[in-house]
Amino acid sequence: MSVQSEAGRQATAAPTASTAPIDAPAIELRGISKAFGPVQANKDISITVKKGTVHGIIGENGAGKSTLMSILYGFYKADAGTIHIKGQEVQIADSQAAISAGIGMVFQHFKLVENFTVLENVILGAEDGGLLKPSLAKARTLLKQLSDEYQLSVDPDALIEDLSVGHQQRVEILKALYRQADILILDEPTGVLTPAEADHLFRILEGLKEQGKTIILITHKLREIMEITDTVSVMRRGEMTATVQTADTTPEDLAELMVGRKVLLHVEKKPATPGAQILEIENLHVVDEQGVERVKGIDLHVRAGEILGICGVAGNGQTELLEVLGGYQNGTGTIRLNGEEIDLTGKNSDGQSRRARGISHVPEDRHDEGLILNFQAWENMVFGYHHAPEYQKNRFLMDNAAIKAMTQESMTKFDVRPPNPKLEAKSFSGGNQQKIVLAREIERNPDLLLIGQPTRGVDIGAIEFIHQQIVHLRDAGKAILLVSVELDEILSLSDRIAVMFDGKIMGERLPSETNEGELGLMMAGIAEENPGEAGQ
Amino acid sequence: MNKMPKWADAVLIPLISILLAFLLSGLVIMAIGKDPVMAIKTMVQGAFGNSNNIGYTLYYTTNFIFTGLSVAVAYHARLFNIGSEGQAALGGLGVALVCLYVPWPHWAIALPAAMIGGAVFGAAWAFIPAYLQAKRGSHIVITTIMFNFIGSALIGYILLNYLKVPGSMSTESARFGAGAHLPTFHEMLAPFGIEFNKNAPVNVSFLIALLAAVGFYFLIWRTRLGYEIRAYGQSETAAKYAGINPVRIVVIAMLISGALSGLMAINNVMGEAERLIDNAVEGAGFIGIAVALMGRNHPIGIVLAALLFGFLYQGGGELSFWESIPRELVVVIQALVIMFTGALDNMVRAPLEKLFIALNKKKEA
Repeated sequence: MSVQSEAGRQATAAPTASTAPIDAPAIELRGISKAFGPVQANKDISITVKKGTVHGIIGENGAGKSTLMSILYGFYKADAGTIHIKGQEVQIADSQAAISAGIGMVFQHFKLVENFTVLENVILGAEDGGLLKPSLAKARTLLKQLSDEYQLSVDPDALIEDLSVGHQQRVEILKALYRQADILILDEPTGVLTPAEADHLFRILEGLKEQGKTIILITHKLREIMEITDTVSVMRRGEMTATVQTADTTPEDLAELMVGRKVLLHVEKKPATPGAQILEIENLHVVDEQGVERVKGIDLHVRAGEILGICGVAGNGQTELLEVLGGYQNGTGTIRLNGEEIDLTGKNSDGQSRRARGISHVPEDRHDEGLILNFQAWENMVFGYHHAPEYQKNRFLMDNAAIKAMTQESMTKFDVRPPNPKLEAKSFSGGNQQKIVLAREIERNPDLLLIGQPTRGVDIGAIEFIHQQIVHLRDAGKAILLVSVELDEILSLSDRIAVMFDGKIMGERLPSETNEGELGLMMAGIAEENPGEAGQ
Repeated sequence: MNKMPKWADAVLIPLISILLAFLLSGLVIMAIGKDPVMAIKTMVQGAFGNSNNIGYTLYYTTNFIFTGLSVAVAYHARLFNIGSEGQAALGGLGVALVCLYVPWPHWAIALPAAMIGGAVFGAAWAFIPAYLQAKRGSHIVITTIMFNFIGSALIGYILLNYLKVPGSMSTESARFGAGAHLPTFHEMLAPFGIEFNKNAPVNVSFLIALLAAVGFYFLIWRTRLGYEIRAYGQSETAAKYAGINPVRIVVIAMLISGALSGLMAINNVMGEAERLIDNAVEGAGFIGIAVALMGRNHPIGIVLAALLFGFLYQGGGELSFWESIPRELVVVIQALVIMFTGALDNMVRAPLEKLFIALNKKKEA
């Protein structure tokens, strides 16, 4: 282990000024490609980051930003391409090598030891010798110096667990600086910060830039890109689609580059004929287990025979909204189903009672929630409905034969391949797994279907089929709440679109009266609420 | 299919593991200058040579079936109950109280009552760690192991202060009445004209253990409760999505687990000792962990694994008795079997999987 990192250290010894041109770019990536199985996460990516600039990398979730940075930091090895730092080609085998090449990384989820002090965290992994005392003393002086230089005021003796998130992030930055990083990569740094903390972070980054440090900022927030970066690169579906000077671009252009002009999947559907109000949500708030408010007072309604699509960048409260409606997350506010209020906490608020009220739920994450991967298809086909009387043989035993027969029927109807009820869920492809979940939930003939990311990781053929099934259910007069991060899916399926950003509804639009550009902006929290335009 | 066939997973891996364990044991026996072939002969003879030996082997097997099932139920809910030892000890107390204080006219009435006594006491002892896990997040491995010690101390205290026969020097309760005597195989098989050794402790509890294994199968794979237990064990997030209450599952799975451990007492306390003695469980609770592990948490596997450990226990005892092989070495052999079948599972699995994948590729090509 140590031998390996020693070797990496030597191979990537920081180039000296004599061998590298003075104005060599801080980082240059040439033709980086990386595939995970059949998924091409990075396709032939080339990028040049100038010294002493803030370079933004923007793109939707899953565009390949994090993969690219993980390659740069030595977590993954690229399949092809080269990395040049200060004009010299380097091999980055692991994070030790990246550190000695002068790269510091601040992760979205901090890598700090909670019950260590700031000082202890800073020297962790960079101790000189076996005794801590000299290292700590040295670190204390250096830390003071760094703090003064970059306005990174942090009490060196405070425990991490006592610090606010913003301060913890500063410790991460200090850690990188202590290791003499002059290229700093920040992955979604403001995701966990309050606006005030984010502003402070930006001031710190400005200061770092003035001192000649190079900063790479990964984000999906257009506002931050416009505010702080000098240059911005846009990534979409594993490719680098553009690199432009921030001053020469607009948020609208960036949004378009980010989302792209994808071919709309055509969904055959008649105009909706909305009926009675099925679902009404008033002033819903959700606070998660960490005490963070995820849903900040939203109002929504869904009628019978219509599809309400909720779009937004992942992590803006959609998941929590679905969980509350599905009965496994507590919320406050009012939710009515068919005019009757449903409990949002307590013992009448669980998946069973929701199902009993006629709410079916295709969860966003079919691997962790929708399916038990080690269960056979037939066992999955009653998951959540295993109390239904038609699946019981007698008071004690389940009627496995009946369940298998039902599964066989559903699998044929929903074209699950192979139609073998005894196959374990994990043996099916993503599309067929999703069809199993969909079959289970739709066949219960619910009043309201909650459906999250219906086609994530699903092949084209299955996407079409799944979309048809959703439209069929709508035409049968059911209410459907669709959550998706795929804009084209939202646009082609929904009868009405609500955009969610930062736990709030940014506004509602009719699909015929909006476009990806506008929705993209709203998703980034830019557009103003346009009251009373849609959903009447 | 990039996978091993099921039969290889269920049969081949344990067999190879056992073989490896015995090979290594053979080397150890050779190292101390004894003949391993002789040793294995002695063990087999000692465990199955005559009806007396078979009776002892099956007696141990009975204990291990109960504790193995107990560990397995909890394991299906992804709970690692290593408190079988304590729960079985408390089960012994339950059985003893039922047998001591009621003048039973016939064993057929006494047995169901004793079963309830043992199960309730075992379940109660498992309930506290279960509650702490479900409500407070106290790790069940820690709490159950602590409860083993508490249970052992508690039994000692109760024996000394309440159940001990006045004037007696030994820490044991009075002998149960004749109505609480369970029929041994000798008595059960006599009407059919089959001669079974009179001294062998194996008794009707063996059949109860087999019934428990059948019940286990139905519970886990045929009932809603078993379905929910398995679903929770596979994925807590999925269980929540489906509306399965995690607290309820943790508590119920542990209650059943504790009850099964407690049931063991009808064999060792009621069937064999016919009184409550100190440390009556003799480590059967811990063997149960190995049995469940080796039996892949399936009743058939558990019964077979219990039989193997019954053989090791009884045969090992004979080995140290007849061949001057020290008792400690027998423990080494048992430990090797546990190690190979339990802890070193992947050592055999990984190469075997590679082999099967390679074979499949060849077939496809």
